[in-house]
Formats: sequence, structure tokens, C-alpha cells
Amino acid sequence: MTNSNQIIEKLEHLNPKKIIIWTLVFLGSIVMVTPIIFMISMSFKTGQEVYIFSLFPEKATLKNYIFVLTDSKFIYWGLNSLWVATFSTLSVLFFDSLVGYTLAKYNFRGREIIFVAILSTLMIPTEMLIIPWYMMSREFGWIDTYWGIAFPGLMTGFGTFLMRQFFMNLPDELIEAARIDGWSEFAIWWKIAMPLVVPALSALAIFHFLGNWTAFLWPLIIINDPDMYTIPVGLASFNGEYEMNWEIVMTASCLATIPTLFVFIILQKYIIKGIMLAGLKG
Amino acid sequence: MANVQFENLFKNYGNVKAVHDFNLKIDEGEFIVLVGPSGCGKSTTLRMIAGLEDITSGLIYIDEKVINKIHPKNRDIAMVFQNYALYPHLSVKDNISFGLRAQKIPRAEVEKRVVEASETLGLEGLLSRRPGELSGGQKQRVAMGRAIVRNPKVFLFDEPLSNLDAKLRHKMRAEMKKLHKKVGTTTIYVTHDQIEAMTLADRIVIMKDGLIEQVGTPDEVYRRPNNIFVASFIGTPAMNFIEGEVSKVSKASSMIMLEDQKSIKLKSNNFYNNQNIILGLRPEDITITSENSGKNDNIIGLDAEISVIEPMGHETVVICDSNYGELTGKVESNSKLKENMAVKLNVSLEKVYLFDKKSEKNLNL
Repeated sequence: MTNSNQIIEKLEHLNPKKIIIWTLVFLGSIVMVTPIIFMISMSFKTGQEVYIFSLFPEKATLKNYIFVLTDSKFIYWGLNSLWVATFSTLSVLFFDSLVGYTLAKYNFRGREIIFVAILSTLMIPTEMLIIPWYMMSREFGWIDTYWGIAFPGLMTGFGTFLMRQFFMNLPDELIEAARIDGWSEFAIWWKIAMPLVVPALSALAIFHFLGNWTAFLWPLIIINDPDMYTIPVGLASFNGEYEMNWEIVMTASCLATIPTLFVFIILQKYIIKGIMLAGLKG
Repeated sequence: MANVQFENLFKNYGNVKAVHDFNLKIDEGEFIVLVGPSGCGKSTTLRMIAGLEDITSGLIYIDEKVINKIHPKNRDIAMVFQNYALYPHLSVKDNISFGLRAQKIPRAEVEKRVVEASETLGLEGLLSRRPGELSGGQKQRVAMGRAIVRNPKVFLFDEPLSNLDAKLRHKMRAEMKKLHKKVGTTTIYVTHDQIEAMTLADRIVIMKDGLIEQVGTPDEVYRRPNNIFVASFIGTPAMNFIEGEVSKVSKASSMIMLEDQKSIKLKSNNFYNNQNIILGLRPEDITITSENSGKNDNIIGLDAEISVIEPMGHETVVICDSNYGELTGKVESNSKLKENMAVKLNVSLEKVYLFDKKSEKNLNL
């Protein structure tokens, strides 16, 4: 009697809104997590077993990992990706925040026009820019170079916009106080403004790093030398004209996600704070 | 220490005149307070001295040297902001020494000055804390520490106490006065609080709509206000005003008719017939009695009824309704007055301020 009463009581406390939300969250997580689980599972399967629909491999093997790490150029591609993504991210953090700060804190003629011009770059699809980028790279001899892969992302409209919004919330008095204290404009930006927008910098860093890590189309076009491939281009190269080595692709994909997980875990607390702040102020 | 001088200073924002023909000379070591209501141009003036606002026209001198085009960092000034502007990511010690590091002062000297400043302001135990861990009063002291550690020629304070509660504000006011006595640096202080102005200043500059209304010692602006604005701005509660018209001017006296046809005889002929004037009565000069004190030519007696009694502890503020509008007086705290009581407000003629209604100028001067 008591038990049934308790159950009824609990049911009465259930909020229909909560039930709907939890169901949606559950379904959403299944949709997102299932492919990752299958990717991990497939990386331990043999080539014959790949097309068998099962969550757990019959005979788990590490052969795929050994092949990817020793017999392929995966390590090179990883280093290429790491170099390009890190360099590009550092560049974006520096230039986007510098331009964002200037647009937020200095009054000068044409400021709004420059801001709108930067914003308008967000509306142009990457595919449209690829031809001019390629022509430019060919002209300057940037094909098959790190610079060639990285240069389109060294400064972004989105990052500039994001940083501008954050810097706008920075009290002017802090900058003025530092100015009276005798610091140069660059030193004020570096010593006062930048440490106060670390959440925004972290969010921008993770978004940009992930974007570069997973970038496929532009590196595919600009790079011909297999030694210069980035991970996504390298993964695609596992698929030959007549055969598809899915177990190898999945193994390499698993390995490729490790650095991004690492970056996410390190910056997580800043990112969440950054996203929350962006939401509040945006 | 330095003297500061303003010569025909103007500041316009488009068509808005924020500061209009500002002329003033501040002596070495003087404590000057710029006071006035919001938007009167006092903070803009201060920011022009600091170099944080461009000057539309006119000159500012520090020690006889024009500083209009000099970068803020080279003006040898220190400023304390209303919201303290402490760097949130730096410790108290780093906040205080931040300006010294910019000047590339040797580390040992920086340490020495930080210790001295923190001892002066009682911040010794707080040096490793961040601003977020400090109370309002402590933050205020750190902001002051950041200013004094640089040993500048001029201190600029922009409403530094306005974010503090009443008790702390009173305490900090006293500390600022002590500090000024000790360091003796020329200080320009902006506030909208006339009590702060009266208690701190050697001289007060009262501003309205970008113009200087009066410059004088606290006593001068209180006892000899130039015009109605200054008279109403200085003094708490504010001065009462009654309208009247000069009905007759004779050789040695003038008759003034109040709104309710009550006439007052003044021993002055410094008026003209039908001149509209305004009588100013300080609440502290009003004696409130429950009975008629008899006829006395030297005293104005106004009939009124008490509408509100505000006990302040050491005194009581009495607000009355009368034929001349609301009038405020002050009585001792042990007074027997009660609300709705019919009373007589008595003011000695010597204590009445007279202003011309049109020009708003003080006719007693």
C-alpha cells in the first residue's frame, strides 16, 4: 500500500514538460552518440566483419591501429593538421581580438563601414572563395605549403565579430586608467583587455581549432603531395577507386578525435563560460 | 604639486555645449571641488585635464605649460574613477604598482613606494588579494593607492565616493581630507554631492549647463551665493523661495508685496518699482513657533501648516504648506511641533536673501 502510494506521489510530481524535454534530450544524444560508438566498434573489427551489423566485434583486433600508426602516413598528416590548426588558431586569436578591440574601443571615421564589411564576409560561402584563393595561391607559389592551407583562416569575420562584442562590454575606465598609468595602446590591449576576455578567446580557440582540424575541401584542393595531407584529406585517401577500407578509415577517425577531445577537456570550463557570456551579451 | 589654469575652455559634442568658456586658476596644493547636477560638464572638464577628452577650444596649463596636446601618460596626473577602474585580474599590489612598472621604475623603488602607499592607506594585509575579494571601501583605498604611489603633480577624482554607502562615504571623506593634508598635492575633485563639496574643498566651483555659476570658499558660496541656482544647490535642506514684487521705493526703504498681499518693509532702496523679486529663506534661519510672536519690523512672520515632520536625530526637519507653497524649516529634535499644526515661520530680515526674478542674480551682493 505504502509503495503504491509512493509511486503515485512520484508520478504526480512528474512534470509533462520535463518528460518531453528529457525524451528529446535522450533521442538527441542517441542520434549523436550512436555513430561514434559504431566508429569505435568498427575500428576494432576486421575487414570481413565491417559490413556485419553488430555493436561488438566478434574478434576484436588492434591490427587496424598498428597499420594506421606504422604503415600509413597518419602521423605525418596528424602533425600537418596540428601545425596548421595551431598556427591558424593563434593567428585568429591575435588578429581577430586586435581588430575586434579596435572596432569596439576606438572611435574613428569609417569604423562602422569596416565592421559591416567584415561582417559581410560571413555571408559569402567558402565554396565561392575557393577559386580566388586557389588562383592567388598558384600566383604566389603557395600550393603544397602549410601557408597555403592556413592563409584563408588566419583572420575570420566571425572571430572579429565575437571579440568585438566582448570588448564592447569591457569598461572604458579600465583602458583610460591604464592610459593614464602610462602604458602604450598595444600594452593596454595585451595586459588589460586580453586577460579579461579569456572566456571568449577560449571559445574562439576551440571553434577555430576544430574547424581547421576537420577542414576538408580547401586542403584537398591546395595539397597534392600525400606527405602534406591533413587528417581529413588523408582519411579520404584510404578509399581507393576499387576498394573501401572502412575499418582503416574508422580507426584513423578514432585517433583523429583524440586531440580534439584533449583540447575540449582543457578548455571546457572557459568555453562554457564563453558561450554563456556570448549568449547573455550577444 | 602644481598650479592648474584654464583659459576660455570649450567642449562641444556636435551642437551640445558641454563646457562653455571655463576660466579658472587653481593654486599649488589647493583642493578644488567641481560640483553641479548631472550633465553640468564637471566630469567632462576633469577628463579634459586628464587628456581623455579632446578640447574643442581653449587652453589648459599645468605649471604654466600648455598640456592640450600632451598624451595623458605625460601629463603627470593621477585619476581615481567613480567605479574605481581596478584591473580585476591583478592583485592589489599589482594594481598599485601597475603605473610605476609602465614608467620602468626599478623594482626596489616600486616595492618601497607600494609599501609606503599601502601603509598610508591601511592596505598592508590586502596586497595579495584581487579586487573582487575587496569591499567597496577597500577598493576605493586601492584606487587612491594607485594614484598616490605615482606621486603626481595633480590628483583628479571623478565622483570617487558615490558608490559607497552613507557611513563609509563619511569615513572616506575624512580619510581623503587627511590624505590631502599629508601629501599636499593639488587636487581636482568632481562630485554632485554638495556635502562632499562643502566638507572637502578649499574652493568650490559650482557648474550648471557647462557654465561656472560661482567659484568661492565653502563659506562664500553658502553665505553669498551669486544667484538662485547656487543658493538652491548649496545647503541641506535646500533654500526656500518666495515670490514678491516691489510696490514702493522710497529714500531709505522699499516695500515688497508678497503673493498673498502681505507687505514687507526692507531697509534698502536698491530696487525699482514693480521689480519682480524672489526672497530666499534658509531652513536653518527659520524659527517655527506655534503662536504669534507679536509685531516686529525686523522679522517676517509667515503663516503655515505643518505637513510633514522628519526627525533626523540631532535635529528635525519640518515641511509646511503655506500661501507661498511648500516651505521647509529646521527645529531642535526635542521640539513639541506636530503635523497639521498651524504655525508661524519667522525669519529675521537680515537673513533673507533677495534675488532678481529675471536675472536670478543675488541683489544683496
